[in-house]
Parts: sequence; structure tokens; C-alpha cells
Amino acid sequence: MRAKTPTEITEVHGRLSRRALLLGGTMLAFMTGLGFRMRHLQLDQADQYRLLAEENRINIRLIPPARGEIFDRNGIVLARNEPSYRVTLVPEDAGDVDAVIDKLATLVELDPNELDRAVTEMRRSPPFLPVTIADRVSWDELSRVAVNTPSLPGITPEVGLSRYYPLRGDMAHVLGYVGPVSDYDLSKIDNPDQLLRIPRFQIGKVGLEGRMEDDLRGVAGTKRVEVNAVGRIMRELDRREGEQGDDIQLTIDQSLQSYAQARLGEESAAAVVMDCETGDLLAVASAPTFDPNLFVEGISVADYGELTGNDHRPLAAKSVQGTYPPGSTFKMITALAALEEGIIGFDDTVYCPGHMEISNRRFHCWKRGGHGQMNLVQALRESCDVYFYDIALQVGIDKMSEVAARFGIGEKFDLPLSGVARGLNPSREWKNSVRGEDWVVGDTANASIGQGFVLASPLQLAVMTARLATGKAVPPRLVKSINGVEQPIAEAPRLDISPTHLAEVQRGMYAVSNHRRGTAYSKRIIEDEYRMAGKTGTSQVRNITAAERARGVTRNEDLPWNRRDHGLFVNYAPFENPKIAVAVVVEHGSGSKAATPIGRDITLQALYGGTPPLSAYPTKDRNSIEKQQEELEKLVPGREITRRNRA
Amino acid sequence: MSYLEYNVKHVPTGLRKVLHLNWALLLLITAVAGVGFLMLYSVAGGSFRPWAEPQMKRYALGVFVMFFVAMVPIWFWRSISGFAYLVTLILLVLVEVMGSVGMGAQRWIDLGFMRLQPSELMKITLVMSLAAYYDWLPTEKTSKPLWVLIPVLLIITPTMLVLRQPDLGTSILLLTGGAIVMFLAGVHWGYFAAVISMVVGLVVAVFQSRGTDWQLLKNYQYRRIDTFLDPSSDPLGAGYHITQSKIALGSGGWTGRGFMQGTQSRLNFLPEKHTDFIFTTLAEEFGYIGAVSLLSLYALIVVFCIASAISNKDRYSSLLILGIAGAFFLFFAVNMSMVMGLAPVVGVPLPLVSYGGSAMLVLMAGFGLVQSAHVHRPR
Repeated sequence: MRAKTPTEITEVHGRLSRRALLLGGTMLAFMTGLGFRMRHLQLDQADQYRLLAEENRINIRLIPPARGEIFDRNGIVLARNEPSYRVTLVPEDAGDVDAVIDKLATLVELDPNELDRAVTEMRRSPPFLPVTIADRVSWDELSRVAVNTPSLPGITPEVGLSRYYPLRGDMAHVLGYVGPVSDYDLSKIDNPDQLLRIPRFQIGKVGLEGRMEDDLRGVAGTKRVEVNAVGRIMRELDRREGEQGDDIQLTIDQSLQSYAQARLGEESAAAVVMDCETGDLLAVASAPTFDPNLFVEGISVADYGELTGNDHRPLAAKSVQGTYPPGSTFKMITALAALEEGIIGFDDTVYCPGHMEISNRRFHCWKRGGHGQMNLVQALRESCDVYFYDIALQVGIDKMSEVAARFGIGEKFDLPLSGVARGLNPSREWKNSVRGEDWVVGDTANASIGQGFVLASPLQLAVMTARLATGKAVPPRLVKSINGVEQPIAEAPRLDISPTHLAEVQRGMYAVSNHRRGTAYSKRIIEDEYRMAGKTGTSQVRNITAAERARGVTRNEDLPWNRRDHGLFVNYAPFENPKIAVAVVVEHGSGSKAATPIGRDITLQALYGGTPPLSAYPTKDRNSIEKQQEELEKLVPGREITRRNRA
Repeated sequence: MSYLEYNVKHVPTGLRKVLHLNWALLLLITAVAGVGFLMLYSVAGGSFRPWAEPQMKRYALGVFVMFFVAMVPIWFWRSISGFAYLVTLILLVLVEVMGSVGMGAQRWIDLGFMRLQPSELMKITLVMSLAAYYDWLPTEKTSKPLWVLIPVLLIITPTMLVLRQPDLGTSILLLTGGAIVMFLAGVHWGYFAAVISMVVGLVVAVFQSRGTDWQLLKNYQYRRIDTFLDPSSDPLGAGYHITQSKIALGSGGWTGRGFMQGTQSRLNFLPEKHTDFIFTTLAEEFGYIGAVSLLSLYALIVVFCIASAISNKDRYSSLLILGIAGAFFLFFAVNMSMVMGLAPVVGVPLPLVSYGGSAMLVLMAGFGLVQSAHVHRPR
């Protein structure tokens, strides 16, 4: 290498400097370009991008409202929200999840199924989301966990709200129950409330809870929270409180309802008690019953199988859903139809030889030997079938059906309950259109004694009885007030029935339980002030066949349970000044004798507003009644149950 | 060697060198690093941990390294340029063989106390070796094909190694940085024109090769190009980085949302908020004014380097300073273009600001060379 001359050096350096300046110029130009780009993004489009940034960071979360509570007419809680305790774990905070769970297991009894579910959930969800490890733990367990949280990283004891029915089975068929929203529930709703998307949110499934869901649910509150890119909540920005669901007060009298449930016991039976004047339903009982709390928590397959497998159908609300041939309790309708048509007078008699030939078929009276000469009151009192066959054939089905409709038979009452039955008030048109057959005389004869096609629910029978007692078209009412706003009592118009005719039928009903020969005489009330008027009924499920008769089966009790007759009893009391109407149906009770004492006992309980004195009962029954009262008092929950804490 | 031609006795010696440092440059560098500390403090949610504090320690170490390099005469550095290049190249090969796998790409050698990224080091040693080469090469031979081929090989070899890691960002920096030195050294325009047309041809080939057996880039690199061209096509997937970054920039406005008030970074919408995308946090929290201020600081550093290079009569020094300034420029220009949606997301950090050890130390060593050239310039 030869040494460079100063000129050469200067020349070479000059070229380098030129190129350096060129390069520097390019760089500065590029930086200016960056500056302009920044200006474009940061100033010209600032509003748009700032909006996008806000959308990024703010999420709106729902705050579930507290569900409305349900009370009885005296303010006793029938359905309320209870704190539900659960233990959650945030895997991210826990670190060694297995170790934490092992430690937790020493404090709380962990359900292996729940644990499996939690572990699966943990694998699927981001590690900062809480996973429920133990649901519905007791207060004691929760306290143990709370005390030990310092040594249980990631574990949080939490409190939520869950539905609780303190009376358990006693109100099950009226209230129904709530449960977590299912996909099926969502599919039924067109535009579901966002609330329903909250996991495990409870909505009413059946009964009042289901039918009055919109009132009970309330309105969700919202809170705006700032979230980060993975959705973790950083802080709450603001919140708008929701509206609590409406509280609902029912017309039900809890103590009477509980008594009725207990009195029905394990029979497959239903009882309805209604206020004659207002139509308030004081008790709507159905037995056997079930604990709706099981459904709230998610019923086990075994429990559910036990309920559905039971031939006494505990899940059915028989008082409003069940329909039965009303049997002899329908005879008042037949009588009024004949009286209104002017076919019979009060003293006209019919001779009962024990049977009647109608279009070459023999229709029996329940009393094989016959009743002899019967007038209206006597026929009602002794429930003579032949008398009613006779007058029914004269008056015809059209008039009977019309009168039955006025008393609520075949009417679907608008009550917020599931599956309120319409029953069946048969007519010529009905038989023609539905069965494609003509109405025949035999059908009328059957209908006259409440057999054949006639079907009525216990609710309808109670309404019918209330209307017989007052002569007014009283409609039933279940909701007394919503959120403290009293619901109007519908004005009950007078029925288009002659008061004298009605009075004669009432005399007949009075005789049923107060005349020595009345069918309910032995189960009468002897307290003068509270004497009742009623009517017994037995409705055949099927005839005793000739083959069975040949085998010696003559008595109903000899048949298998599910083929025995239904027993019915309707009554109102007090006779002079009717306050309540009662209808009782005992499925396969082998006749009215199963229903009558229940109706009487419930009536007394309602009239006395508690356990009646033994003096109200006939002397010979008092010993057994005393024992029964002792038994039932053990079963009927006192008022303290509503205050008792479940945990 | 050629240095002996100058009047060495005017060059300061001993501790007096400290007085002759380019203090303005150091001040600018410290200002930029200070912005970095502030931003790292902010993205950690108002905490010195986990980023600001280690970064400050590294910067302190970096300043020490810079002083050390600056105190050593520039002719010493020139004499070891070729050796330094060779060592770095060997390290790059070592990374291929035994480097740890991190972030999906093999990039560093674990030295125990720090992770050394030879590709970072290469940015400086490549510039050193090219500067030494052109200082040695007689100027009349500069544009001779054979003498052009040698520096091209010097550039291509490490570039290919880095590309294999694969680290597209660094390989582009190496290639462009090397080309800048060649351009400054006076290589004929024609070569650059030829290379540029070749690059254009290569780009076409890259796109043409897509989906075929001889596909030139990895799929993720193709996707990055796709989302660069149309980031809105996949806002939650591949385009997420650029979209969120633009949202952060755009929501800054004139004066920004205030220190530590940037929702995009604080709530983790920004990816790599403490490294490659730290500029977006600055732009979000301090707005246009803040972003332009940082850009101006960078521009001043580049201008000071160019001024220092032009005033320096030594060819090696000039080329070295300009090469380092060019590499520095490429660094922040690529990073800023990236976060502004002007370039694909290739993974280039913002120099002196982004969190990262070896990048910071290598840069400070590079500025040490600039200072050394400044201190020991012929007078």
C-alpha cells in the first residue's frame, strides 16, 4: 500500500461527505415521513381510534336482581331467597391446585362429581377465572374455609342468592319451583332477557313461579367494568342498580294449606278451600307432595325416578290439573236444570225401585233395594240415582250442560298455575264433533249422576260449591297483591238461577250432613254456628266385571288400588252464612267415605282458624279425632318454620 | 497504519480524553434512554419492576462499556475489526449449533450472567470490518467487481445465518446496514441499482413461491406480510398486533392520555408492550407531541453522528461512525414503521428504549466506537 497524498485524502473524503449528506438527507426525509404518518394517525384519526380504545377496555356486566318473594295472605314467607354458599378457586392464584384442593378437602366435604366437573372446567377456562369447587356448602363449612383462607391461596368463600321454599312440600303444587335456565327454556323465548344468559340463573319452571316469572324476575342492573385484553376485570367504573322482582302475596292461608296437606297425608288426593264471597283460594292442596327445593338444587336421578315412578303421582297438581267424574256431587246441577225448566216441583216424587230401564239397559241406583218415593230434598240427601235419571231424561242434556257451565264446570279459570284443567262439560255438539257420535239417552242418564263424560277438577268443584252457596258467579282468585298493590276482587254477578230453586237445593245439601238419613250425617259438624251443607260423591273408575263378581269380588275394597272408586265430597259452611266452600277428591278412595271426613276436618280447621274443639265433632268420633289431631299437629309446621334457618 | 500520517501528538491522552468526548451525543442518548425508563415504569403499572430497574442497571453498565470503548484508541479498534467480525461469525454459527431456543427462534448464547445475541453484536462488527476494509482498499479499486464481491460476502454470510434463526428483522438490518457502508465508501451507483432491481425480483419471487414446494419464507412470515397489507382482515388473529398498536397511537391525540393513563398498554391490549411495541405506549400516553419529541431526539443523534463523521478526516472513523449511525437509524425507523402499520411486524426493538439487555449493551458499545473515533480524530 502506498501512502496517500493529502490531495487524494481530501478528494476521497469529499466524496464520502457528499454521500454522507445524501444519506443523512434521506434519513431525515424518512423521519419527516414518519412524523406525518404519526400526525395522520394521532390527530386526523384520533377520534375514531380513541373510540376503538374505549370499546376495547369497557365491558358491560349484568347484576342479577333478587327474585321477588312470595307470601301467604297473612304475610308468612312461602318462597324466599337464601344466601347460597359456595367455594370457588382461581387456579392462577392457587399455584399448586392439587395441594390446595387436598387441603380444602380437610375442611369441606367435597363431592367427587362436582370436583371432576371443576377440574374439567379449569382446563378449559383461562386461569384467572374462578371455578366453583364446592356448591351449597353449609355455613359452618364456609366459616371454616373463611378462617383458613390465608393458607388456601386462590380459594374464595362466596355468597349468592338461591330460591328456598321453607314449607317444602306444603306449597309445592301451587308455587312450583325454579331451576337453572336450560337451553330448552331459552328456545321457547323469542327475545330472551340478557339475564337468562347468566350461567345457573334461576327462572321459574312450573306453577306460580313459572307463570308469574315476568313479575318475579325483576330487572337486571348493569355495571361497566374495565377489562384487559384477556377479559379479566380490572376495576368497576360505574353501576346502575337493577330492580328487584315483585313480591307476590297469595290468597292462600299457609296454616290451612299445611293442615290440608297433612290431612291428605299419603293418599292420592286433592283439596281446595275457597272463600265463598271473594273467591280467594285459601288452600289448594294435592297429595302426595314433593320437596321443590330438590329441583332448585338440581334433583338427583334417583330422587326424580322415585317421584315419577310413584303410582300416586306426587308431581301432579291434582287440585287444578286432575279431572275426575264428579259423581253425585254433580246432582245439584241436574236438580237445578230440572227446576229451572219447570219440570219438577219441590214435592214431586219419583219412585226408586233400585234401578231404571233406559233404552233397554238397566241403570242401577247405588242402593240395590231402592229408595222408594223420593222428593228433591230426599233424593239429594240420600243421593238417589233413579230420581236424577228420571228428571234428567225429562230435562235433557242441553239444559243440564247450560246450567253446569254457569257453575264453572268445563271452564278454564285464569289462575297463574301450570296446567289448569278445563274439565269436560259434555253436550250434543261436543260428542258429535269430538267423538263423531250422536248423543244418546244413556249418556244423559250417566251425566245426571256425574258419570260418563263429565269431568271436573277439584278446583271447579270448589267453585261450583261456592256458587251454589252464594248464588253468585264467584271466580277463584290466587294472587292477593303484587308488590303491595292489592289485586281487585272481581265483582261476582248474580247467577241467573231462581233463588227459591237454589234454596231448595241448599236444603237438600244441608240434609246430606245434618239429617239422620243424610249420606254424610255421621261426619257432621254438631256446632250449631258452623253447620255445613254438602254432597258426597263416588265416581266409578270402572264397573266390577261379571267375572270378578263370580270370583266373589263384591266390595270395592277387594279391587286393586288403581281400580277402586274415587271418593268425593263438596261442602260449604256455615250453612246460614256461607264463608268457605271446600272440595275434596280422594283418588281410588273406595267411595265418598274417604273424602267426607277430610272435607269436614278441613272445614272446621278453616272456620276455627286452628285446631277445632272436640265439641264440634259428633260424640262417638271424639276419641279418634283427638288422636288424629295429636298426630297432625306433629306434622303441621308451626309458624316458626318460616323463621328457621336452613343451615 | 495510515493513521501515522496524521499528527498524533494532538490527540488527547489519559483521562483528558474524557473532556474530549462528544458530550452532547451522550446527553441525547441518555435522554432517549430516560424516555425508555419512563415508559417501562409506566407499562409495568407504575413500578420499577420488572422492567425499568433492570433496564437502568443495564444502561449504567452500557455507559461504562461506552466509556471503556471510547478510551481505547480508534486505531486499536480498527486493527481488531477483522478479528471481531470473525469471532462474531463463529458465535453466530455456534448459535446455530447449540443456541437455546427462545421465542420460537434460536438467537442467543447463554453466558450465565447474560444472554448474548451474536446477531446484535454482528450489527457493529460488520460495520467495523467493512469500514476497515474500505479504509485499507485503495479508492480506485472500490468499484471493481472482485473488490465489491468481498464486502458483499462479508454482509451476506452473517445475514443468511441470522435469517436461518429465523430473524427477519435483524437480517434486514444487517443487509441494509452493510449496504449503507458500501454506499458511503463510494461503490458505484450501478451496483446499488442492480441490487435493488434484484431485491424487487426476489420479492416477486417470494410472493410467487407462496404455497409451492420451494416456498422461500415461513408461513408466519407470509401471514405477517398479509396482515401488513391488510391488517383488518384478521383483527383478533394475525392482524391483532398492528390493529391494537394503531388504536393505541390514534387514541393519543395531541397531548396523549397522560402518564400511566394509557388504557391500551396498561390493560394488555398491546402485545410486547415493553419491547417491540413500547413506542405505542409513548404515543398513547404523551400523544403526538411526545412521539415527535422522541423522533426528534433520534434525528438529533443521527445528525450529530453525521456531523462528527464529516468533520473527521480519518476514513475508517468516518465510515464507522456513519455505519453505526445508519444501523441506529434503521433500528428505530423499522420499529416505528412497524408500529405505525407501515412495515410488517418483523421483531425489531426500539433502540435504547425497548427492554432488552444485549441490544442495549451492543448499541452502547457502538456509540463507544463513535466516541472513540471522535476523541481520537486527527486534528
